[in-house]
Order: sequence, then structure tokens, then C-alpha cells
Amino acid sequence: MKAYVYVSLKKSVLDPQGKTIQGALKKMGYKGLEEVRQGKYFELTLDGGLNRTEAEAEVARIAGEVLTNPVIEEFRFSLED
Amino acid sequence: MKFGVIIFPGSNCDHDAYWTIQHVAKQPVTFLWHESHDLENCDAIIVPGGFAYGDYLRTGAIAKFSPVMESVRKFASGGGLVLGICNGFQILCESGLLPGALIRNVGLKYVCKPVQVRVENADTAFTSSCGEGEVLTIPIGHMSGNYFCDEQTLAELHQDKRIVFRYCTPEVVITAEANPNGSLDDIAGICNPGRNVLGMMPHPERSGEQELGCTEGFRIFESLVGAMAGQP
Repeated sequence: MKAYVYVSLKKSVLDPQGKTIQGALKKMGYKGLEEVRQGKYFELTLDGGLNRTEAEAEVARIAGEVLTNPVIEEFRFSLED
Repeated sequence: MKFGVIIFPGSNCDHDAYWTIQHVAKQPVTFLWHESHDLENCDAIIVPGGFAYGDYLRTGAIAKFSPVMESVRKFASGGGLVLGICNGFQILCESGLLPGALIRNVGLKYVCKPVQVRVENADTAFTSSCGEGEVLTIPIGHMSGNYFCDEQTLAELHQDKRIVFRYCTPEVVITAEANPNGSLDDIAGICNPGRNVLGMMPHPERSGEQELGCTEGFRIFESLVGAMAGQP
């Protein structure tokens, strides 16, 4: 089983990297762009020792306690068999 | 009155702090290894600058799980003095000892230069030898010194006078130009409600001797030594 975890800065937090990318894309002439926010992506391969419900709980724990700082970031994830 | 300086893998200001305490402040000091819970009966703990555990994932993200930080949390909750400098400030925020977080500098560049900070609160163990409103020139060197917290936390910090240092111009004016990293309300250092835990981005241990070009950072150590001497 695999877990795909996406970590992003909360909307209320300034994202200097996203802003810079946005500015660069605009300068390069790409159109239709309103905002760019940069985040992090983690791919966790689970060893099969947990069932789906347990895996969901464990991945949420990993994402909430380690992969994100709840002061500035939020996360979402999906599981794939 | 013994100081302890924590060493994480990747700390690189640990020896600077040790030197300043031993040779300039002339106080007993020992290194504390990150894997040990033992704070060796120290009276004040320095969480030094550097890149603890490589700062992979986020600054301070892994350091907060270290055995030594578990002990530092207990030590701080009992009123023990803890000073986090630069990466140490980031670690104290990640560890929940200070509110908020330090995010990437607005300019996205590593900034390394002397800056001026205004002492906003001289009534702490870390600033007692400074005057309120006094300006100190202390160097910074960081990539993620942009302090962030939510509105409510910021209001509390202001209300409780827990913002200890703010970036300013040499003429003691707080302006956006004097802010090197985009930090919220030009915050350079804050303390906890008990005023026994301070985190600051500037490096007082890099400005403690004339040979380093500036001695004003030493005032922080001087204050600490004075505060510890005054303790029962």
C-alpha cells in the first residue's frame, strides 16, 4: 500500500517561494495564472503490516506529528492499494 | 551557575557559545549531547545555531524529538532558563516552547550581516543589563528567520510584552527597510509567558568580543549571568 501525502502552507501564511515562482512565470509570459503556492509531497510505501483503517490512522499521525508543522502547514493524503 | 550548550549533529555555533561563556563571561559551561536526557544540573541551557540534523524536512523538525529536548521541555516548565539562538529559536518554536514558526526569508536568500535590534523588554533574565528601547548591533545569518504566528498569538505577544527584540535602523526607527527577512511586526526575538525561555534570530555569541567587531551581543550573556547570580 502507498500513501501520498501533500503538505501545503496554510492560506494565512505568506509563501515567498510560491510568490517568486508566480512572478517568474508571469515574466516568462505564461497566461491565466492567478496564484502559485509551493508545497511538499511525500510518497510513503507501507510494508503491508497494517490494514487500511490502521494505515489511515498511522499515516495521519506521521503527517500530523512529523511531516507538518501545524502552526504554518496543513496536509491531506490518499492511500492506494 | 553552570551553562549547558546543546550539540545536535549539524550544530555549528555551539563552540562559539561555549567560548563566549567560558572566556568572556568566565562561567562554568559544559556541552550537552543531543542523545542524552541528562542536563548535568545546568542552570541555563543554550540551544545553539546551525542546522540541527541537517534541517531536513523543516528547520528544527527532527531536533524536537531528541532526548535532550525532552529534558529541556521539563527544565523550562520548571522555570529553567533556556536561550535559543537562530536554529535554536527555530527548534524552540517547533518544540512548542515558543509560539509561532520561522519560515523562509521573504527575499529567499540567506542573509548574513550585522543588524540592529531594539530591546523592547528589558525586564527579562536575558535583557536585564540592557535599557528598554536600547539598540544592539548583533549579526544575523539565516535562511529562515521570517517569524510567523496567527493574529491572536501576535496580539498576546504584544499585550504580554513578550516581543523582546525588533529589527530597527541604527537611528532606532522600526521600518520595513530595517527588517532583513520579512518577519511579522519586525520580530527578532520573543519569550514565553514565564519569561524564562527566549528565542532570537541574531547571534549574540558572534558579537561578544572586540576581535569580532562588535561586543553588544555579550549583553545577553551578561544579563543571564546577573539573573542567575540573583537566583536563590
